[in-house]
Amino acid sequence: MAQPEHHDHDTRHVSPNVKLGLTLFGVYLLLYLGFMGIAAFKYDLFGTSAPGGVNLAIAYGMGLIIAALVLSLVYMVFAKPD
Amino acid sequence: MLYPASSLSLIIFCVFVGAVLALSFWLGRKAQSAKGYFAAHGQVGWFVNGIAFAGDYLSAASFLGICGMIAFFGYDGFLYSIGYLAGWIVALFVIAEPIKRLGKYTFADALDAQFHSRGIKLAAAISTLIVSLFYLIPQMVGAGALIKPLLGLEHHWGVIMVGVVVVLIVVTAGMVSTTWVQFIKGSLLVIFCTILVGLILSRGLAVKPPSEPQAVVKKDGQTLINGKPQSLENDLKPVGRVLALPPGPDGKPRTETGPLGPIEYLRTLEGSTIETYSKRVSADGTTTTYAPAPKSGLDLLTPGASPTFASVRQEGLAGKLNFLSLMLALFCGTAALPHILIRYYTVKDAAAARKSTVVGIASIGFFYVLTLYLGLGAMTSGQLDPTDSNMAAPLLAKSFNPVLFAIISAIAFTTVLGTVSGLILAASGAVAHDLMTNVFKINLDDHGKVRAGKIASVVVGVIAILLGIAFKGFNVTFLVGWAFNIAASANLPAIVMLLFWRGTTRQGITWSIVIGLVTSLAWIMLSTDAYQNLYGYSAKDAAAKALAPFNQPGIVTIPLSFIVLVVVSLLSKGHRKSKTELDAHAAATAGSAE
Repeated sequence: MAQPEHHDHDTRHVSPNVKLGLTLFGVYLLLYLGFMGIAAFKYDLFGTSAPGGVNLAIAYGMGLIIAALVLSLVYMVFAKPD
Repeated sequence: MLYPASSLSLIIFCVFVGAVLALSFWLGRKAQSAKGYFAAHGQVGWFVNGIAFAGDYLSAASFLGICGMIAFFGYDGFLYSIGYLAGWIVALFVIAEPIKRLGKYTFADALDAQFHSRGIKLAAAISTLIVSLFYLIPQMVGAGALIKPLLGLEHHWGVIMVGVVVVLIVVTAGMVSTTWVQFIKGSLLVIFCTILVGLILSRGLAVKPPSEPQAVVKKDGQTLINGKPQSLENDLKPVGRVLALPPGPDGKPRTETGPLGPIEYLRTLEGSTIETYSKRVSADGTTTTYAPAPKSGLDLLTPGASPTFASVRQEGLAGKLNFLSLMLALFCGTAALPHILIRYYTVKDAAAARKSTVVGIASIGFFYVLTLYLGLGAMTSGQLDPTDSNMAAPLLAKSFNPVLFAIISAIAFTTVLGTVSGLILAASGAVAHDLMTNVFKINLDDHGKVRAGKIASVVVGVIAILLGIAFKGFNVTFLVGWAFNIAASANLPAIVMLLFWRGTTRQGITWSIVIGLVTSLAWIMLSTDAYQNLYGYSAKDAAAKALAPFNQPGIVTIPLSFIVLVVVSLLSKGHRKSKTELDAHAAATAGSAE
């Protein structure tokens, strides 16, 4: 495999793609922490009804899977070429 | 339970596995040199590589373990699906891009790129070995679970078969899991599981009469089922059924639903009463009773229905720590697995890498949605083996069609072969290259290195076989959860801080890996789960003897590893390289890579 070129050995220089990645990570982290927060502080919410007639636990869990796909699509579309 | 062998299933299985192995050999031999191997990858498109991501990542643990856990306990198995996929977000958005800028592909290479430290190499190699072993165990257990209903052989024969076949392949042919083989496996797994879910939805749900408790007595070398010797005619009856359905759309009671849509299936299950099973072991350990335990569908489709995570339903934060710890470990674990990141770089450019990762996440995410339906379908199929949750998915397939069962077992088995061979190669590489050559400075020529690698493969293979037999009956996704805890504690803090904090020193990295590894491993070995399932204590004795306050260590050991890295780095900051030294090293490294 050809070695990928790296433009800056010091990875602490934050490129636009790294910034984009960290921003999208932050969004997903909030969603994920929301799930953990409900479990920690408002467990009863999991049993309540959500859109589609399923409970919130199922809807939120499926939502996290869909969100992972959506955010990675956003990253693919908006990441700048190297 | 006993399983009669099926000739048709065996033939289909052997033909299928043989075809995939032959393809692996042919593709592996085509790429003899490292250039040939990587050039082939450079020409593979992003879509193929994306599906190969899924084929690489979706081990038998995902298929068998998650489905089994959902079949027995409902939503708690789905937590693993959510967490495993969430880990890809960390890998893609936080780690992959910056690590590419280091010009390195693996966690171990990246950590050592700047420091050239024997301490880091030693710590990273040991971490790779331990994580690989913990990842290997559930694959071997899964192999044993697959062989049992297919060939009628006991668990340990399946484990031995996989271990021997894989070691032979790795030692004689040096089998490489090529992108095309992973693509084929990934595609077939998703396609056939989609077919199975289609069958589950078209079958719908139907009420069955409640079952009776069943007792298994093991004494003086004999196994008695409900008082009589175990045989094909007198065996444990399969379990898992719907006891009551919610009223139909017309408001009238019903005993079956007919075909259901995906959302309707979940809604209907939530309103149903399901017969699950509880297991009680006598004080002397000879008698195990499986008693029906009716539960509401809503109860099963919210977190906490399993004994492992039941405490999430208690008041107060202390009881929820186990659940929160697992979610954290799964989130942090994927990016920290030594063998995962490398696939990000096997396409020609960064745009293709991003596209292939999106395809990978989409196919992995779709598969995990399928696991929810597979698990719930197994839960209500009336085909569960109450003694082994890992068998839920294959037995579900068997309830529809023996051909489908044989094909799905074959796909899962080849997946195990691929994963196990990759892990054995990684582990033997850690021994032969990292430990022997780089740490202990044992000078070996090329022939010697290959020989050392093969000997290490045999040793690791034998250890994997023994552990796979010892861990029989352990739910495989649960074991993989342990591997994620260890990887997230030992590896992730080091790689994240190296990429984003200039103050990181080699001592900080080394100590972070060591402390993360030791604390997570010790915690797991001293947990209630280990005392009960590994050392054989009763649930009550295990809870009394266990030193760890809860089972999943991540919520303690991951932050601890971060703190150790920061503190040790600050204390050793005089040893940090300056930017000038880093740039000089980068220039020297780029020159030597030509």
